Amino acid sequence: MSGIPLAPVYGPSDGEFPGLYPYTRGVHASMYRTKLWTMRMFAGFGIATDTNARFREIIRSGGTGLSTAFDMPTLLGLDSDDPMSLGEVGRCGVAIDSLADVRDLFAGIDLGNITTSMTINSPAAVMLALFVAQAEETGVARARLGGTLQNDILKEYQAQKEFIFPPRQSMRLVRDTIAFTAAEMPKWNSISVSGYHIREAGSTAVEELAFTLANGFAYVELAREAGLTVDEVAPRLSFFFNAHIDFFEEIAKYRAARRLWAKWMKEHYGAQDERSWQLRFHTQTAGVSLTAQQPEINIARTAIEALAGVLGGTQSLHTNSMDEALALPSEKAARIALRTQQIIAHETNVANVADPLGGSWFIEELTDEMEREAELIFGLIGKMGEGSMLEGCIRGIEENWFQGRIADSAYELERSFNSGERVIVGVSDFLEGNDDNDLATLRITNEDERKQRARLDKVRLDRDANQVRDALARLSLEASNPSVNLMPALIDAAKAYATVGEMMSTLADVFGRYVEVPSL
Amino acid sequence: MSLRVLVAKVGLDGHDRGIKVVARLLRDAGMEVVYTGLFQTPETVASAAIQEDVNVVGLSMLSGAHMTLAPLVVQALRERGSEIPVVLGGIVPPQDLDELRDLGIAAVFGPGASAEEIVRTITDIVTLSA
Repeated sequence: MSGIPLAPVYGPSDGEFPGLYPYTRGVHASMYRTKLWTMRMFAGFGIATDTNARFREIIRSGGTGLSTAFDMPTLLGLDSDDPMSLGEVGRCGVAIDSLADVRDLFAGIDLGNITTSMTINSPAAVMLALFVAQAEETGVARARLGGTLQNDILKEYQAQKEFIFPPRQSMRLVRDTIAFTAAEMPKWNSISVSGYHIREAGSTAVEELAFTLANGFAYVELAREAGLTVDEVAPRLSFFFNAHIDFFEEIAKYRAARRLWAKWMKEHYGAQDERSWQLRFHTQTAGVSLTAQQPEINIARTAIEALAGVLGGTQSLHTNSMDEALALPSEKAARIALRTQQIIAHETNVANVADPLGGSWFIEELTDEMEREAELIFGLIGKMGEGSMLEGCIRGIEENWFQGRIADSAYELERSFNSGERVIVGVSDFLEGNDDNDLATLRITNEDERKQRARLDKVRLDRDANQVRDALARLSLEASNPSVNLMPALIDAAKAYATVGEMMSTLADVFGRYVEVPSL
Repeated sequence: MSLRVLVAKVGLDGHDRGIKVVARLLRDAGMEVVYTGLFQTPETVASAAIQEDVNVVGLSMLSGAHMTLAPLVVQALRERGSEIPVVLGGIVPPQDLDELRDLGIAAVFGPGASAEEIVRTITDIVTLSA
């Protein structure tokens, strides 16, 4: 504001700079001066037309990317009329049963011109098939589609627990999406390797960092087994981290993540393309840090967490809404969350200089320490896999190692809250105002469930039953042959209006279902 | 004799951080805790509660399905002739609280509920229902 001219980056001439290996300071030389992060707000609720209206509101308000939240039945590959779906349809995301829903979801939105992220894992291949089918129906070639499929099944077993098939069978579907997008969708990120859920499930920052990158290494090894080179797969992986409330530790985590990824890709996996070395990531502020007490103060928490993401060099950002410890966000609360990013981007000037904290003795030491601790965890995972990170991650899941560590860390943190060692404003201290609760939250009624079932009935009635039967028979046959890529069969089934539940249960008949052994 | 608690995840919600942490806190307080695992139905929870002869059932729900599924657990227990009280923890909007009580949920623990509050309330509920 005083007019002092600013350089795009500061540092000693013989020091490390952004845009150069190992990218501790950022993947681009001038970072946000050239291109701001994408303000990608996660949204989805009710039936497809409801979420379509919210998407259009996000685009009108200046959001620059879309991110779709699906409801629990969709995430678990069940149709809205499945008995297990009772009470869950459209509750914490949008209900998608067939191509008809995907069409309404993206009505009036040019899929060739906005990038779309789809937060779905077990049925990721099915959702990709539906998305391709919808785009092609509106005349957008699959090669033009830009976006990201979360498709990170390893962290589902470790943390988020939305699994259907056993781990090794799930990894076959991941392999098929990697190979398909590598061949046919040059602008698509095949996996968003996600630490967010690992952290939300209770891990420490170091565990989030190490487990996530280890999963990333596992996917690289999976793709290599499928005959792709590291440089064909690594540039298509993006990452997704949490921005928690421990401000400097989070910034150090992002810096360490970039450096670790670059080193492992180059030195361990022999990547030669610099895009393989560059870890790009999305950030979401920490849902678990929000309080139900005095919900308005969550705006302040989210702003601080979002700032950590920006100072850490994120490529895209979702800011949580103040009311999310109470309900799904209201439109007003979601708008304030987006405005929070816009203040950081356009008012504070923090985006003018890349890696502004680089060179701080504290931040540099914290970055080094997180890197060292993550390497120790990589060592443990590698040992479980006898040298293979892919095998180590799968065995770690099968032996409950990841799940146990995450539960232990969550418990330790909770004990520190209960013992009074840590303060949470509005919960442990500063309680005045806790009774004042007049925030209007979003209500989702069972009416949506009824409407969605009626929509699904109509789809089943209108489609060509023979075409559906043939498409599912082909899917079943090809699923039993591990060498076949299932994407073409899934796209055909999607175009025939086979439902998500039908496609997933066809696959489950071949792959089996995973049951987690309950442990405390 | 120590209290026996069945903690359960009903429906499709896989968020198990809260239930695992609360289970360990209840154990720390001297209770015996049985965990059902994920993706249970109201019927399987009711049967398990009766079979395990627990004093209270604790449900954890963060997906918004509590208004449908929590009362169904109460109903499944009562249909089997059991009066075991049911408590609920998770993301529950304040305006749902009265209706949940009317539907037979003995207590609701929202985000930020302390270990002390959960242990005390469960102990009181079991004492009153005995």
